[in-house]
Amino acid sequence: MSDAAHLAIEVTGLAKRYGDNEAVAGVDLSVSAGEVLAFLGPNGAGKTTTVEILEGLRSRTAGHVRVLGIDPAEATGAWRERLGVVLQGAKHEGDFTASEIVTMWSAYYRSPRRVADVLELVGLRDAARTRTRRLSGGQQQRLAVALALVGDPELIFLDEPTTGFDPAARREAWETIAGLRSLGVTVMLTTHYMDEADQLADRIVVISRGRIVADGTAAELARHAAMPTRVSWDAAELSRDQLPERLRELLAAPAASGPADPSEVSAGVEARPTIATGDVDGVVRELLAAARSVGTRMDSLAVRPPTLEDTYLALTGDGFAGDQS
Amino acid sequence: MRSLGQLASEAKFNLLGFRRSPAATFFTVVLPLIFLMIFTSIFGNDIISSTGARVATLYVPGILALALISANFMNAAIVTVIRRETGVLKAMRATPLPPWIYVGGQVAASLALTALMTVLVIGIGWVGYGVRVQPAALPSLLISLLVGAAAFSALGLAVTCVCPSEQAAPAITNMCVLPLYFVSDVFIPSEGAPRWMVVIGDIFPIKHLAHALGHTFDPFSEGIPMPVSRWLIIAAWGVFGVLVTLRWFRWTPRG
Repeated sequence: MSDAAHLAIEVTGLAKRYGDNEAVAGVDLSVSAGEVLAFLGPNGAGKTTTVEILEGLRSRTAGHVRVLGIDPAEATGAWRERLGVVLQGAKHEGDFTASEIVTMWSAYYRSPRRVADVLELVGLRDAARTRTRRLSGGQQQRLAVALALVGDPELIFLDEPTTGFDPAARREAWETIAGLRSLGVTVMLTTHYMDEADQLADRIVVISRGRIVADGTAAELARHAAMPTRVSWDAAELSRDQLPERLRELLAAPAASGPADPSEVSAGVEARPTIATGDVDGVVRELLAAARSVGTRMDSLAVRPPTLEDTYLALTGDGFAGDQS
Repeated sequence: MRSLGQLASEAKFNLLGFRRSPAATFFTVVLPLIFLMIFTSIFGNDIISSTGARVATLYVPGILALALISANFMNAAIVTVIRRETGVLKAMRATPLPPWIYVGGQVAASLALTALMTVLVIGIGWVGYGVRVQPAALPSLLISLLVGAAAFSALGLAVTCVCPSEQAAPAITNMCVLPLYFVSDVFIPSEGAPRWMVVIGDIFPIKHLAHALGHTFDPFSEGIPMPVSRWLIIAAWGVFGVLVTLRWFRWTPRG
């Protein structure tokens, strides 16, 4: 392939089995040099397994894998020089300062960045002399990014960089990751937050139950998922029985499919009839006409377009199948 | 050259971490010295008429063995389990640092601590209790320390394979050595002890280490051959430690 030279990561047919459990079941993936890719999926979808295979930390059952032109199963020191890795839930030795740990790790690389520069890059300059046990969760994560950066890598893996963070720490981590783009490094980050993927990445690859289910920008994924818009109203203003035949058939059956949206559980499915449709204009016109014909107003009418979260749930199948494990 | 620099850097940070850990410092540096003072206070420090040496001469080698085991076995094992369980080892595996330099850095740090404790224990024994080192036995002392440090470092890595968590590490490592100290001529002489106690002491390496080190302080050691058989037994345990480590050591958290 002519563009193979521009690919930082090239994966075809990757599989990993643990006994009877197929954690990764035939993943194809390619990441261009300089690209920021989000690898999105629910817990247990196979994200970490895939990434750790790419990092050379885990063996694979089958498939072709090239990371920076090398098979990670035959990882060498020279290859690891070009790689930065931030593991999930990275922790540090509490008795050392941030600056000491970065100094210690800089000795692992042939041509490391300057320690002060790295701390500056991740916004830890003021915390350089703080023992890591006293750093906040967001700062600890930024220190982990600093360790991944110190060797001046071409490619960085970030595994769930913000899981368990409060909004402020999340914002901090996002700023640091967004800053990587300006360094020109290729980034592959895993996450189970659609908004995080949308915010940080050029492209999103969605994995569910060990398989890739979608690949594209956030907008492309929404189109791909073809999610309907939800039209709902208060049953007191227009009851089910007052609907014309066609709309009654479109109504989300309350008992059969279960709540498609968690918020409807508390609101009461009975109290707010909902129609999921691609034809918003037609449905709303008919509703208003029906209301007029029985002499009521539709002040409670709500039209909600699909959210990123809806798209994600639809793609990973959790909203429908509900067997996330 | 680069490897040497990396080794030095690893050793330096291991020692810095040691210095900042109150528990490690207490058990490796302070406790052996306290034991030395307690034993000589309890048992007195008279001149043993048969040899002309002081009673403390019997304790100094045991305390030295205690400090060596604390630095190379206990401390190294506990630190390694903590690093494994917090994911630090796994993250290190993703860097270009060769595993042997990581291990070498830790062994070098333990050796430095062993050297420090040797100077302290012998120094205090010399100045405080009139214990004399036989100059002719200095090579024997050096070999005993090196063989002991290498073997107990290997056993330290081996014991991490049976430590499921950071909390379990101090308990398990203590369980390995504490009972043995009592049958290995470290705390009390095993002379006159029941036969089974003597046999247990003979099987494990601690007693052999204490006696190999004791050779240095033996007033008659000038004419005695070097404790080669003891070194071989200690080394055999070291080989056992290396084999267990190669087979079962893991870089990733167990928890």
